[in-house]
Amino acid sequence: MKNEALYNYVLHLGDDSLILGQRLGEWCGHGPILEEDIAMTNISLDLIGQAMSLLDYAGEIDGQGKDHDALAFLRFEHEYRNVLLLEQPNGDFANTMMRQFLFDAFRKPLYEQLVASKDVQISAIAEKSLKETKYHLKHSSEWIIRLGDGTEESHNRVQNALDHLWRYTDELFSESDLDQSLVDAGIVPSMSEIKIQWAETVRSVLEEATLMIPTNNWQFEGGRRGVHSEHLGFLLADLQYMQRAYPNMTW
Amino acid sequence: MSNKEWPLWEVFIRSKQGLNHKHVGSLRAPDATLALDNARDVYTRRSEGISIWVVESNYIHASDPSDADSFFEPSDTKVYRHPTFYDVPDGIKHM
Amino acid sequence: MKPMDLQELEKRFQEKIDKEIKIEPNDWMPDEYRKTLIRQISQHAHSEIVGMLPEGNWITRAPNLRRKAVLLAKVQDEAGHGLYLYSSVETLGADREETIDDLHSGKAKYSSIFNYPAVTWADIGTIGWLVDGAAIMNQVALCRCSYGPYARGMVKICKEESFHQRQGFESLVTLCNGTPTQKAMAQDAMNRFWWPALMMFGPSDDESPNSAQSMKWKIKRFSNDELRQSFVDATVPQAEILGLTIPDPNLKWNEETGHYDFSPINWDEFWQVVNGNGPCNKERIEARTKAKEEGMWVREAAMAYAEKRALKKTA
Repeated sequence: MKNEALYNYVLHLGDDSLILGQRLGEWCGHGPILEEDIAMTNISLDLIGQAMSLLDYAGEIDGQGKDHDALAFLRFEHEYRNVLLLEQPNGDFANTMMRQFLFDAFRKPLYEQLVASKDVQISAIAEKSLKETKYHLKHSSEWIIRLGDGTEESHNRVQNALDHLWRYTDELFSESDLDQSLVDAGIVPSMSEIKIQWAETVRSVLEEATLMIPTNNWQFEGGRRGVHSEHLGFLLADLQYMQRAYPNMTW
Repeated sequence: MSNKEWPLWEVFIRSKQGLNHKHVGSLRAPDATLALDNARDVYTRRSEGISIWVVESNYIHASDPSDADSFFEPSDTKVYRHPTFYDVPDGIKHM
Repeated sequence: MKPMDLQELEKRFQEKIDKEIKIEPNDWMPDEYRKTLIRQISQHAHSEIVGMLPEGNWITRAPNLRRKAVLLAKVQDEAGHGLYLYSSVETLGADREETIDDLHSGKAKYSSIFNYPAVTWADIGTIGWLVDGAAIMNQVALCRCSYGPYARGMVKICKEESFHQRQGFESLVTLCNGTPTQKAMAQDAMNRFWWPALMMFGPSDDESPNSAQSMKWKIKRFSNDELRQSFVDATVPQAEILGLTIPDPNLKWNEETGHYDFSPINWDEFWQVVNGNGPCNKERIEARTKAKEEGMWVREAAMAYAEKRALKKTA
């Protein structure tokens, strides 16, 4: 029998990478300057690569012969396990960078802990992904600081982005009952430790960026249990288009 | 508006340990930190480097090509600076 | 030292060219040489950047993750290549943003091929195979261009692009060995892209006014028609391997010339598309203009931050 808890966990890691990688891919050719167009594509490529490894592993745990493509392209909307934050539309560059930063600040400590996972595959994927994520966090932090402390317009835009996206941040740390068994087995870390590190990174970068953490802390969640926002459907319509319109073909 | 344009930077990359940094091209960036980020993303996508230097193009001073004759040609005649200028007897090795 | 007169400078310049000595940014060069290069290299740069759009529109819809990653990497390379080329233009004293403004105002041209829509997934493979194939044919010749920065940029670009054509061909091999639907999709793409690909080499030699001077200056090494012929000769056998039919009833091997004969190109269509009346000219320029305008506040913010930092340091 498959390890349901592990399957779910790896799937949500994979889906987080997949959905954010897909979103960033939308920028390709439309970036604010060529250099940054290239930078965002690099991050997208890293995330797609992570999604491939993670979803392959999820398929292996599942044991039904599904590879990363079967999982990425042939599930229904409620079967995706990514957090709501990542499926939010790109919006402007400030919104994209804020979404990226809030996620990178979470992903880095998570991967750091996952490197020590008792599950060797998770550990290996985390080790490779951590290197990529450190750079993502560096890059997104640089931009948050520049936008926050740049011009009045950029400050307002990035503050608005923060005000809007803040409601999706608690979900990053949500743990299901199933997850607890993995924590106990030393396969995944407890989220409380990750949250402390995340909060510290966020606090220091936002402070340097002269940005204010919203006072309204009303939070949304649902993605981790497959209850998504309206945006995911459109994202999947694009993502799955070829596989749905031309089923059972090799590309 | 053009005064708001990002300055041009020259990018130098060390391709592996033991080699010099070599000029590979240029790019635009608002400051040195992002110039390094951009250089990494633009010029090392295929593992071309292990170390990057960036320098704002403004700070590079170049010799004037119209002075090339007086600048460089005088050394052409100083052949005695090269080991091949000297004859050594056939039996001598490793000199 | 008495200043050299223009004639003498031009004579020395041509001697350098004839001796295959590269011209470098600060060297003396005739105004017309500089202008020709600025025009040609910026057109080339614009083509890379506008060329990101038809393919970019398939990134979110790529049929599997491997193809998605490949396409992202390829379109990203095009951004990089545009950047290398804009850098070359800047060595000639032209400003990158100004040349981009010329693109947006319609004053500067770019390769007409990118004004054709990419409507199916097979178009992505076909663009890689035919469009990149044609571009590489041109670019390999440019690696020996007399202007140093352009030639060096081309060497780098050719090295990086060698995967572009291959990935396109590989993608088409998959379609052509796939289901009848996939094969038909590939043939349809071929039917739409063949002629525009041949047009990429530009007007025929007798209609190409700048060619002779460019050849003399060794900016160009081969004429448009020579390169077009090489492309046809190289591509026909590849189409045979794919089992695709080239949409030209007059295409046949000519024993005498040792080349393929092909039908005349529809130059009316070529000039219409060049002059703004292709299927996607408007969308392409709008997309690029939008990216620039919407990126303005980002570029300003980063600059403002850098200036504040510099002030703090000196304070």
